[in-house]
Amino acid sequence: MAIIEVDGVHKAYGGRPAVDGVSFTVDEGEIFGILGPNGAGKTTTVECVEGLRVPDTGTVRVAGMDPAVDRHAVTQLLGAQLQESELQPKLTVREALELYSAFYPRPAEWRALAERLGLDGHLDRRFAKLSGGQKQRLFIALALIGNPRVVVLDELTTGLDPRARRDTWRLIEEIRDSGVTVLLVTHFMEEAQRLCDRVAVIDKGRVVALDTPGGLIGGAAGSTAISFTPSEPIAYAELETLPGAVSVDVTGSDGRVVIHGTDDTANAVITLLARRHITARQLRVAEAGLDDVFLDLTEQAS
Amino acid sequence: MTMTTAPTTNRARPAPLAAVLRTETRLFLREPGSLFWILVFPTALMTILGLIPSFREPDDALGGRSVIDLYVPVAVLLAMIMAGLQAMPPVLTGYRERGILRRMSATPVRPSALLTAQIVLHGAASLGSSALVITVGRVAFGVPLPGQAAGYLLALLLAVACVLALGATICALSRTSKVATAVGSVAYLLMMFTAGVWVPVQTMPDLLRTIVEFTPFGAAAQALDQAASGSWPGFAHLGVMLVWTAALGTVSTRLFRWE
Repeated sequence: MAIIEVDGVHKAYGGRPAVDGVSFTVDEGEIFGILGPNGAGKTTTVECVEGLRVPDTGTVRVAGMDPAVDRHAVTQLLGAQLQESELQPKLTVREALELYSAFYPRPAEWRALAERLGLDGHLDRRFAKLSGGQKQRLFIALALIGNPRVVVLDELTTGLDPRARRDTWRLIEEIRDSGVTVLLVTHFMEEAQRLCDRVAVIDKGRVVALDTPGGLIGGAAGSTAISFTPSEPIAYAELETLPGAVSVDVTGSDGRVVIHGTDDTANAVITLLARRHITARQLRVAEAGLDDVFLDLTEQAS
Repeated sequence: MTMTTAPTTNRARPAPLAAVLRTETRLFLREPGSLFWILVFPTALMTILGLIPSFREPDDALGGRSVIDLYVPVAVLLAMIMAGLQAMPPVLTGYRERGILRRMSATPVRPSALLTAQIVLHGAASLGSSALVITVGRVAFGVPLPGQAAGYLLALLLAVACVLALGATICALSRTSKVATAVGSVAYLLMMFTAGVWVPVQTMPDLLRTIVEFTPFGAAAQALDQAASGSWPGFAHLGVMLVWTAALGTVSTRLFRWE
């Protein structure tokens, strides 16, 4: 069942469209990723979901309600972590948790939440003195404190070191496992690939692809990369005509060959090599990452 | 509210607005600079002036009153100016600049609760400081308590409302905290002058005094002075404050940018 429905949303700032006809639905219980380069309209899109902005045209529904109209009801079931927002510099972690839990009719127990997020050792620390990772964990806690059905996390791991980022990913999975739907905005492919059930790729205010991470990768041309160093040179033209081959590159002084194609291409390469009695040193068959897909999609759009 | 078994709901939980006010009060008490300028400085300035012997002598030019008699209302207005124009604008614009209001917009509580709490706190602090000025003036320098207490209180409340509305207008019109602080400082010097910090309004030349009486603090200074000497403050002065408060209040609520 869809808990978030975004249909044909347009939003322009000063005549320049930031979001130009975005549609998608998020099912209850999934981690849905919104992926895109900087300035693609990701944040504006989720701000319409959070009720912080009103679309120029198009509709947004959260659990069947319009966030711009039923603002009070929507804020009670949707928790948000905003990009670039802060708290009062001299507010302590404890005070922030107590304050925000007073805003909701059925709040989560903040002490348990603080413990789960590893904030229990810093309850008396002021916001201004927290590290980047601690601030982000506090914002996750505040997003969860009202016992929401949906959380929107906007570039949560930007600016975190790799360890803190991985810890945060585990937290997001735990949030989903507790039954909360997660709408995740990110520009890290690895993050989307690891966490998301489905991903919408947004570029220049439009959805350019929407699928599971696996589907996006599999559906992209040249999603399988085959590389090897042949024991003797092979004609370039012969490789190019292999089934499913998208590109062929010969690199380095040792004549290493890199072919982008599909699973069929990989089979054909092995058959070809066997037929010619050519040995392939350091043969690698790898699936392309979401990174490649993303570059592919956003290049097509431009 | 008691639908869930979560432990927090078993205890009495504060209402959202009460929680905001309590939190902002704590934060207000963590600003030693603001506390000094609002609560200590006005009384300290009056005390320094009061220690000059000739300022305690009745002066025929002042209608038989002493300079310190005139400075009690001035110090009261100074407390309000410090709170409303020096301390409050950077706090409110900072809340906007840092996205604190925005974060609150994503909760069931409106961010206006945060602004209201700050306005109430600065108003309360300036009234507390006024009480301190009047008490020290009475105890240390024998300045009589206001003769027309109800009129004095009315003038005091109107003056507070006026300065808070002016401070809020500065926040509404300033894009950043830096601009708010700069504009606040200019307004602050002007308001100090019209309140009579350098030359009491009562001793200003006639033409200047007439002009100053149309400013919020010129009117406040006159109203407080009249109530201090036992008569009901002039309706013209109260009216000037009321009009300023209404106008500035409207401008600030219309023009305030939430982000």
